[in-house]
Amino acid sequence: MTRYSAFGLLTKAFGGHAGWGRAWRDPAPKASYDVVIIGGGGHGLASAYYLAKEHGITNVAVLEKGPIGLGNTGRNTTIVRSNYLLPENNHFYEWSLKLWEGLEQDINYNVMMSQRGVLNLFHSDAQKAAAARRGNAMRLIGVDAELLDREQVRAMVPLLDFDNARFPVMGGLLQPRGGTARHDAVAWGFARAADARGVDIIQHCEVTGIRREGDRVVGVETTRGFIGAGKVGMAVAGNTSRVAAMAGLRLPIESHVLQAFVTEGLKPLVDTVVTFGAGHFYISQSDKGGLVFGGDLDGYNSYAQRGTLQMVEHVFAAGVAMMPCLSRLRVLRQWGGVMDMTMDGSPLICRTPVEGLYLNGGWCYGGFKATPGSGWCFAHTIANDAPHRLNAAMTIERFRDGRLMDERGTGPWPWAQ
Amino acid sequence: MHLITCPWCGPRDEAEFAYRGDATVARPAADAGIDAFYDYVYTRANPRGWHTEWWHHAAGCHQFVKVVRHTLTHAIAATGKPTDTLPVPAE
Repeated sequence: MTRYSAFGLLTKAFGGHAGWGRAWRDPAPKASYDVVIIGGGGHGLASAYYLAKEHGITNVAVLEKGPIGLGNTGRNTTIVRSNYLLPENNHFYEWSLKLWEGLEQDINYNVMMSQRGVLNLFHSDAQKAAAARRGNAMRLIGVDAELLDREQVRAMVPLLDFDNARFPVMGGLLQPRGGTARHDAVAWGFARAADARGVDIIQHCEVTGIRREGDRVVGVETTRGFIGAGKVGMAVAGNTSRVAAMAGLRLPIESHVLQAFVTEGLKPLVDTVVTFGAGHFYISQSDKGGLVFGGDLDGYNSYAQRGTLQMVEHVFAAGVAMMPCLSRLRVLRQWGGVMDMTMDGSPLICRTPVEGLYLNGGWCYGGFKATPGSGWCFAHTIANDAPHRLNAAMTIERFRDGRLMDERGTGPWPWAQ
Repeated sequence: MHLITCPWCGPRDEAEFAYRGDATVARPAADAGIDAFYDYVYTRANPRGWHTEWWHHAAGCHQFVKVVRHTLTHAIAATGKPTDTLPVPAE
């Protein structure tokens, strides 16, 4: 692998950008691997990278049914944060954020990590108390959190509707180390770094079955033939139920569609990530100038990577209520992604009842920020056949055992998480 | 946008309904044990295909409507009352 550097970029620029080699190989699948990862999104590629880097397991394949990174890795709103209340979640996401902070140097790839802050607004005394409680929980385990009053919020984001008659802005909870990253670059960077360590990234190879001998997995059937595997990891969020069903598993997951939007390009308008406290709405501005925003799930089981207009209207209404100047903007693009919604809103990184088969999924709509931490913990779980303490609570059994990680206290309603 | 035919009110906009999830799960007997209740409360088939589900006509007649809907195409094959047994298309 040729190392990317400023000097390399400069010399290639003078050469008309000719001579950039391909970033990762395009190998044919081997007959068998020590580990096969199903799913070439950010999580699958990160898992393969950390298997090679942290555990020395390089005889690894990542199988992807299409080109890598075109599922939820390329469909999110690119937000990175670790502002959770429950300790099981917060330790995990904080480790993920720490990996983000060193990721570009680690994988020698510019993922445009921008720690511009994530600001959660509140609009009532009760919400302020809840924000303070969450901020205190974060600070207790060493995560940065600041409770801002109304004037401090005004200094950061002057265009909010502070005097909204129904939902006046009273302040916000800020995580300064939160921010955004370039989502496609995360997939490409992990693919290139994993490939450099010997991982085979096999695109256009859809898994059609999981072969077992007794209780043990021995490989996967694919559209490019059978591929033997000592261990198989699933990282196919959105389609986790379908792939797990190939191994006879029935999971506490439903698939739901979530939409996101980008406006026309603008001069700098929002230099942080802002979330509305009186509706589900979050917004940031990309480096190209487009405002990137999203809201709630459409709210019914769906595998369609598109949503309906009812939710478009709902999201725009929330946006204009929070920031009235948005009403004059034109939305250029709108799309949907399929979310693995678990029954408590928290993810799964764990062993399964099938020996040698591991599960990474249930990311609800918070998978992007978890990408490096998820890969790191999943690699640990696969390599050691046991979870790391950071993902020890993220099991399937927690539902049966009554150890839910229900961050919002919503109950077993996936469409409401 | 779904157009859902309520058995009592006729075809109505999705916006009038509240989604209430998988209609194929049934509450087990009180003494069925933890595993049966775990399955009932938490696990779902979550098919990519035809899905029998509840929609509550919350902004209409307040009845629960059983709907057979495709989770990839969003087509609706049948709707009925909660006690109806609705045919599920092959694919």
